[in-house]
Amino acid sequence: MEIIKLIVLAMIAVLAAMAANFGQDWPYSVHMFIVMACAFYLFVKALQKFGDPRAPVDTGYQDDVVRAGVIATSFWGIAGFLVGVYIAFQLAFPALNLDLPFTTFGRLRPLHTSAVIFAFGGNALIATSFYIVQRTCGARLWGGNLSWFVFWGYQLFIVLAATGYLLGATQSKEYAEPEWYVDIWLTIVWVAYLAVYLGTIIKRKEPHIYVANWFFLAFIVTVAMLHIVNNLSLPVSIFSSKSIQLFSGVQDALTQWWYGHNAVGFFLTAGFLGMMYYFVPKQAQKPVFSYKLSIIHFWSLIFLYIWAGPHHLHYTALPDWAQTLGMVFSIMLWMPSWGGMINGLMTLNGAWDKLRTDPVLKMMVLSLAFYGMSTFEGPVMSIKVVNSLSHYTDWTIGHVHSGALGWNGMITFAALYYLTPRLWGRARLYSTAMVNWHFWLATIGIIFYAASMWVTGIMEGLMWREVDAQGFLVNSFADTVAAKFPMYVVRGTGGLMYLAGAIIMCVNLWLTARGVGQTHTQPTAQAIPAE
Amino acid sequence: MRKPKMNDEDYPTTGHEWDGIREYDKPMPRWWLWTFYLCILFSIGYMIYYPAIPLINGATKGVLGYSSRAEVQGEIDRVNAQNADIEKLLLATPMEQIAKDPDLSRFASAGGAAVFRTYCAQCHGAGAQGAKGYPNLQDDDWLWGGDLTTLETTIRHGIRHDADDDTRYSEMPKFGEILPQEEIKQIAEYVLAISNQDHDVALAMLGKPLFIDNCSACHGETGLGDREQGAPNLADALWLFGGDRDTVLHTITNSRFGVMPAWQGRITDAQIKQVAFYVHQLGGGE
Repeated sequence: MEIIKLIVLAMIAVLAAMAANFGQDWPYSVHMFIVMACAFYLFVKALQKFGDPRAPVDTGYQDDVVRAGVIATSFWGIAGFLVGVYIAFQLAFPALNLDLPFTTFGRLRPLHTSAVIFAFGGNALIATSFYIVQRTCGARLWGGNLSWFVFWGYQLFIVLAATGYLLGATQSKEYAEPEWYVDIWLTIVWVAYLAVYLGTIIKRKEPHIYVANWFFLAFIVTVAMLHIVNNLSLPVSIFSSKSIQLFSGVQDALTQWWYGHNAVGFFLTAGFLGMMYYFVPKQAQKPVFSYKLSIIHFWSLIFLYIWAGPHHLHYTALPDWAQTLGMVFSIMLWMPSWGGMINGLMTLNGAWDKLRTDPVLKMMVLSLAFYGMSTFEGPVMSIKVVNSLSHYTDWTIGHVHSGALGWNGMITFAALYYLTPRLWGRARLYSTAMVNWHFWLATIGIIFYAASMWVTGIMEGLMWREVDAQGFLVNSFADTVAAKFPMYVVRGTGGLMYLAGAIIMCVNLWLTARGVGQTHTQPTAQAIPAE
Repeated sequence: MRKPKMNDEDYPTTGHEWDGIREYDKPMPRWWLWTFYLCILFSIGYMIYYPAIPLINGATKGVLGYSSRAEVQGEIDRVNAQNADIEKLLLATPMEQIAKDPDLSRFASAGGAAVFRTYCAQCHGAGAQGAKGYPNLQDDDWLWGGDLTTLETTIRHGIRHDADDDTRYSEMPKFGEILPQEEIKQIAEYVLAISNQDHDVALAMLGKPLFIDNCSACHGETGLGDREQGAPNLADALWLFGGDRDTVLHTITNSRFGVMPAWQGRITDAQIKQVAFYVHQLGGGE
């Protein structure tokens, strides 16, 4: 077994070295060099351990991979927010692109979106799902070190994607920018993820599967399907990063937005609802509001979401009938989405007083509020007359960010605050006051962000369509860009506040994990730092 | 018959427990369920009225017979019909006469502004202020002339636009391939001299005969330019690419070859007249 591992790693290293040598473009060669370095490192490690007696198999929950996930989530979160703030200010002050190809908006934007959605959000989902599935199944993760393969394999995917963007490799599909070999690698990692997850559920000790796991499973399975279909392409050479898409024209556009919309639906909604369904009842220490509601809203959400993608292509070459379906499925999606919010918020019935003292619970409530807000805004924007105003404007950007910063960000922060003391064996967080600071900075930051984008979005939508009595256009595009400047500064400021809050969180989590200010034994009444 | 409202604690849970989490066996909120039903009903209704169900050939048309293409075409047709008369008048009126009719003049300048914002602003700027290599259209420094008819011709046929036989054409040689570096430097000093900038007097003196030999055929002996050939005036303070020493040297060495597409065939004749009229009244029209 160990021999086979060594041979495989050596082969990967040699093949990657050859590929790097024959690479037809710069990103491809750099990527193959990274792969070679990783395989070589693992080979040396395996060689050092060769012949060592096998370590005894651990029992109990496998939490070390979750701990690594918490660290990775925090790290990529800061990285993604930082790039976001930077490009937000680039839009206000274009000179910030430094006139270098690597730091232009076109390359940094996918770096930002992938970093926050897939690196920050993805790591949060993997870490929390591993934590939750073990506890709600009463079983250790299936597959031994396979969970570590999922973790490190996913980090490699992130590094390949990010370096590719900076070097200019992209297949120009939104949220699916990585090139073909990175897509193949992610597929392998994702199948391993599914195996670990399903394996754990199959060997569960509880008779029933908890609702959080339904959502996580829907997320893992659907994202696999979306990822594979949207990335069907033919490489121009095995030594090149370029590939040709299987679909073209409006078929490609529809596939892309079927993918893009369900990346929101299954990655950012279903997956994070799984998170919500565990952490909210745990933190509130109350039973979930309604089992029936969770069944109905789960199945209706899963069924309806997958059809809503065409609303991204209103008033385009997409046939009218497909636009109609995209719109009505989005409208029908409103209540199924809200089912999750209701189940979360109503779980707090009888526990609302805890909001006064528990800023982590406060974050969860705020995230559910933003979830409700953006899942209402979404169906509204999918209505064709509204869309004719909002489409292509900053309103869309604001909508995405009230969902991403408000819902995904806040529920993830709350989960990290919940997990860190438990995973590192501490009685409590280092500082509740810092959580409060984080809460308010993030909240005000999101409000700055969303409000400024509403203003610019509606303004530019109105300016674009403004015609005089004789039907002549009143504004040029450059006029609308110039008019948006002040709101771009407000938006950047909001992002800066959000980033500042996240940095405070990281410091707090770090000091909590280190156990600063608390002893390893039972906390005593004394020696509590000022809070 | 309605059951009295129950307290939380009165409801049973489902009886399962996962890591301490239990679930109430409560009914779904009625308002939630009814709103969901209403959304579904609305959607069914909408699908009856609008194109919705894909069939083997095409899709259901919907009771309203709506199509987004027909909708936008309808709007365009309505505006065109509304403007048909005045547009006919515009086409029949010589450029110089447009300003005499207030309605026609308003129509021409509003329409011209819209054309300008759509097609011209990318290079000449939203306010027609120009940019490096793209002339400012607000001033009276014209390369090819600034009266109404000339502007119309320039817009119609473009400048150095291959595909149009009547395009405005001239080409300055790359003097880097003709004259030694020393002489180019002397000419540049002379250009700085006639445009009233700081210059090396000795070099400029040497440059003057070279300028007359090589440049005056187009730019004139005193550097005032020639609109027949689109040769810029070099004696004023307005520069298309820049008038500092380095840029002038670069221009003489490598030449410039600014291009504007011919708009005939891309926009309508009426739009060409409108945008010519609009540019003319920006401030520098002759």
